[in-house]
Amino acid sequence: MTETQASAEPAAAAGRSTLLEARDLHVEFAARGRRARAVDGVNLAIGAGEIVALVGESGCGKTTLARTLLGLERPTSGSVRYGGTELSYRGRALKSYRREVQLVLQDPMGSLNPRQTVYEAVAEGPRIHGLPDEKEVVASALARAGLRPPERFFLRYPHELSGGQRQRVVIAGALALDPKVLVADEPVASLDASVRGEILALLLRLRDELGLSALVVTHDLGLAWNIADRVAVMYLGRIVESGPVEQVLTAPRHPYTQALLSVLPESPERVVLTGEPPDPTRIPGGCRFHARCQVLASGRAAEAGVDGRCRSESPAVLPAVPAAQAACHFAQVAGTDA
Amino acid sequence: MTYLELDDVSVTYRIASGEVPAVRGVSLTLDAGAALGVAGESGSGKSTLAMALLRLLPRSAGVGGRILLDGEDVLTMKWGRLRAVRWAEASIVFQGAQHGLNPVRRIGDQIAEPLLVHGLARPEQARGRVAELLEQVGLPTWRARSYPHELSGGQRQRVMIAMALACSPRLIIADEPTTALDVMVQAQVLTLIKQLVADNGISLIMISHDLSVLADVCDQLAVMYAGRLVEHGPARDVFHDARHPYSQALAAAFPTVGDPASRLAPRGLGGDPPDPMRLPTGCSFHPRCPVALEECPTLDVELWPAGPGRRAACVHVREQAPAGTKGETS
Repeated sequence: MTETQASAEPAAAAGRSTLLEARDLHVEFAARGRRARAVDGVNLAIGAGEIVALVGESGCGKTTLARTLLGLERPTSGSVRYGGTELSYRGRALKSYRREVQLVLQDPMGSLNPRQTVYEAVAEGPRIHGLPDEKEVVASALARAGLRPPERFFLRYPHELSGGQRQRVVIAGALALDPKVLVADEPVASLDASVRGEILALLLRLRDELGLSALVVTHDLGLAWNIADRVAVMYLGRIVESGPVEQVLTAPRHPYTQALLSVLPESPERVVLTGEPPDPTRIPGGCRFHARCQVLASGRAAEAGVDGRCRSESPAVLPAVPAAQAACHFAQVAGTDA
Repeated sequence: MTYLELDDVSVTYRIASGEVPAVRGVSLTLDAGAALGVAGESGSGKSTLAMALLRLLPRSAGVGGRILLDGEDVLTMKWGRLRAVRWAEASIVFQGAQHGLNPVRRIGDQIAEPLLVHGLARPEQARGRVAELLEQVGLPTWRARSYPHELSGGQRQRVMIAMALACSPRLIIADEPTTALDVMVQAQVLTLIKQLVADNGISLIMISHDLSVLADVCDQLAVMYAGRLVEHGPARDVFHDARHPYSQALAAAFPTVGDPASRLAPRGLGGDPPDPMRLPTGCSFHPRCPVALEECPTLDVELWPAGPGRRAACVHVREQAPAGTKGETS
């Protein structure tokens, strides 16, 4: 509990200019002879200095969306825009883009080469991009990631470090290129409980001190509550609810978000959805959530007179706006007390 | 009625470079039908302790103390008796259901195996029992013919639970049963475990680093650090009002959504879990402790009474303990 970090930044994203944006993004894969629509129409904007949490269950497409934003996956249609211009997939343009938008991988044990020293691991990016003063760049990246004094870590190997230190090395590797945006995929999922808070505090500090933006991909709503300004909830390839963290996580409007929150320990009334997230090769017609929807099943949707639409009409794709919004027929007619 | 009693249990691994004390003098009791949560981070000795309960540790591990299962010491049991106790009396659900199942055998055959090995069912009866078990864990009976790769992570964890239930044990030990699972699937599996334990009067020991999950499922909570028990008591009390600074940090690591205190304020501990081969002197937690006192680096605090049914190993607790009470030497 040594690191308690309160953010000086106001949480609202209203005044921030958009830095990274997905516009009507679709990403499809061939899967067992069928088309899997992993990302099926997503608008998402990340403002300068903003931390956005992308939450959802495994298979909902959140990792594919993150990879596409990084330029690692090409969209089937729609576009990724950075600083107002559309991402070009030509070699040189992509290389300079990747200096600006860096990936922080989960599981540092798997993403660090066990035969490389900390110095070599962090210096790899600066070398590819031909940055001068390599040693200084590496030292300052390690220091910013909280590994101080950096020289002490230069010649260490991953197995000599603790889990938290390894995750800091991975973050230092991303920071070495002076990026504007970090995309972190489950940054603390493989870490011990007591170390987790430290790494999250580091992400917050990087935002406060360097003005870094971050997209944090996670299935952990507590993590979103801990560090994010805005949250986007993804279900089966689409964002079904988004908005400021306080609003979405304390007064969720989409039944799926409500269910996710209700199964957290301590919550009074549980809505345990049956079954697992359905298959992106067979996205149900109508609202994609209707087959598992507790509001439809309980008859409340019918009372509100929207049950027909739930089964036949897909809610409109949410635009990339900062305000709270939910892609749900019932929430729209029922107002906020859905 | 006490069903399981651990009396000063210690486990030491002998490796080439010396001895590693993984569990150091843990004493605990578990009543029949009760649920105990064991919390701690990697290296705290919680999984080693669980394995020691059924003598599943490698030969390099030396186990000391007494482990009484229904009055019988597991550590002195003959092999034949131990074989009978495993599965039939107590069974384990391991973490990582992906690796616990044989990929080239059908689910039904794997669930039936302990039944056949223990002579609890003849092959022709086994099929009926397998169907019953699958139903109990919420899987359709036709799944008996599936292979593990045809199942999702949550379904495989259900199969593991069905296997653990097969011989109607009186104790189930669940080691991080939901770690690799999504929130919704985790909720399904936890609900299932709670319900099975309550319906069948089974005792449960659940191991996790997530205090909030343990507090949800268990009656009692034991927190381990560097091989020692540092706090023990009723689960809700330990989670909401921890007395040991380490348990406090562990409880704060998983924030409650909606709690303004944790909004944009992640909390963790400085430093890293200690290397068991180089344990700090005195209280092993002192280098990371936010409220350490001058004497902590030299004083190894034992467990002290810390409220009704509670104990904690911290100098601050000792100071507040009522006069005349004594700590437990461990």
